Amino acid sequence: MALPSLTGKSLRPARPLWAVCGEKMLELLIRFCGVSAIIFVLAIFFFVFKEAAPVLWSKNFNLTQFLCSPEWYPTSVSNVRYGVLALIVGTACVSGLAVFLAVPFSLGAAVFISEFCGPKLKEVLKIVIELLAAIPSVVWGFIGLTVTSKIVQQMTGAPVGVNILNGGIILALMCVPIIASISEDALKAVPDTYREAALALGATRWQIVYRVLLPAAKNGLLAAVLLGVGRAVGETMAVLMATGHAVNIPHGILDSVRTLTANIAAELGEAPAQSEHYRILFLTGILLFFITFVINVTADFVVRGIRQK
Amino acid sequence: MSDTPAFSITTRDLNLWYAKFQALININVDIKHGIITSLIGPSGCGKTTLLRCFNRINERYTYVTTQGEIKLLGKNIYDPDVSLVELRKSVGMVFQRPNPLPISIYENVVFGIRIHNESRQSTRSDLDAAVEKALTEVGLWKDLKDRLNQRATGLQLEQQQKLCIARLLPLKPEIILMDEPCSALDVEGTRAIEELMFELKGRYTIVIVTHNMAQARRASDECIFMLMGEFIEHSPTAELFVNPKNPKTAEYIEGRYG
Repeated sequence: MALPSLTGKSLRPARPLWAVCGEKMLELLIRFCGVSAIIFVLAIFFFVFKEAAPVLWSKNFNLTQFLCSPEWYPTSVSNVRYGVLALIVGTACVSGLAVFLAVPFSLGAAVFISEFCGPKLKEVLKIVIELLAAIPSVVWGFIGLTVTSKIVQQMTGAPVGVNILNGGIILALMCVPIIASISEDALKAVPDTYREAALALGATRWQIVYRVLLPAAKNGLLAAVLLGVGRAVGETMAVLMATGHAVNIPHGILDSVRTLTANIAAELGEAPAQSEHYRILFLTGILLFFITFVINVTADFVVRGIRQK
Repeated sequence: MSDTPAFSITTRDLNLWYAKFQALININVDIKHGIITSLIGPSGCGKTTLLRCFNRINERYTYVTTQGEIKLLGKNIYDPDVSLVELRKSVGMVFQRPNPLPISIYENVVFGIRIHNESRQSTRSDLDAAVEKALTEVGLWKDLKDRLNQRATGLQLEQQQKLCIARLLPLKPEIILMDEPCSALDVEGTRAIEELMFELKGRYTIVIVTHNMAQARRASDECIFMLMGEFIEHSPTAELFVNPKNPKTAEYIEGRYG
């Protein structure tokens, strides 16, 4: 008796044509969705670069001056100067202060939520933190402009309330929910067996946190902090409203500054399309792109370094 | 009460509830000092729950209620003046799945020393000596002495489980609780852990929960049989398997249920 051949008449009826085609189509669609992320990033980069590129060969432009001069006079009639150093310093100060304030708070909150508080309080806190993350940035900017700036002025005696400290506080408030909720996920992902192991050896809760959980969750925690940094660097509207918008290399945290993002938001609408000023603003966009790229790549290397240990 | 009580663990009228469900019903057992006692019984009979009462680790779940008395070496561990940290220092626990911490082998062994001596840091040479001693006792020193700084989670399961036993030893526990320590291991690993238990016997009181009746028979001096949260029988192993007093025990060891 011959065995049924696999090439000839199949053992079971073939699937209908539409099902086979449908599956192929679906596969194609999903593949496209996956690839589209790459396409979009490349397209954005290409567009921004295309708008900025011509200025690189203009006679008024000088890359050293662009990066190292604090003088930003894009609309001067007699002597146009495009120096973004003050804006870079502004971004660095405001986001640096924000991260400095936000990280301890949010890690503390995450540890409390995942390890110390009861189940009911935990639910409430998680919902509140999610709400906090959902507040639009313009509302934060509004609070920064009207509420915290007054408080900052009263507490510190600064001549203007909209300064680095004020912007940093607002930005920190915006970063906390992101860092806290992602850190909480990272801590939750630490296997319970580690906690039991330490507990059975007589560790106190606090010892479990800093001897077991923090080392075990450090990749996730680092990722959370870096997302916070990304948010701080990229945030526009709130810092535009809360930092005073003065192009100025600050000498203390009570000075007003302007950030790269706020500068683009405020000036792009006014700059004549295709003009030099317009192209320089796009170049600033590329600079921002580059900064976040460097942060992400560094993060990736750090995380890999930790993993190998 | 004498200075060296004959029993390491005694429980009186021990009841335990997980929320509404009663998992232990009036447990009275006396576990002798310096021998291996195994807790046997079908799944869900409460043997692991009972084991987890002895170092009060059940209490990490807030919905657990415990009533009754457990005396460890003559001291009721539910007395208000008992320090959980000290209790868990003298009662070590080995878990079903090997759970070394995600730090180096060296740090795993000295973890206990470090957490119990927060204020005064031990010197490096003390710690080195403790690591060598503990790893030698469990038979890992020869294999691991050159890679103490590797991550413990990368070891073979058998080595991980031995390491989990080794990290208890620097704390000089009185009692070692083992919750199905071999269920994640192969035949060789199981044999190695059982041999290790024999070597540790005498210096430590060992209580082991096991599903594996053959293991209970091979590796323990006395057996406690439990069923549906109740204590059924406690006899020397040889006697329990050959000549069980209670018909329920007889049925279980014959394999009528389980």
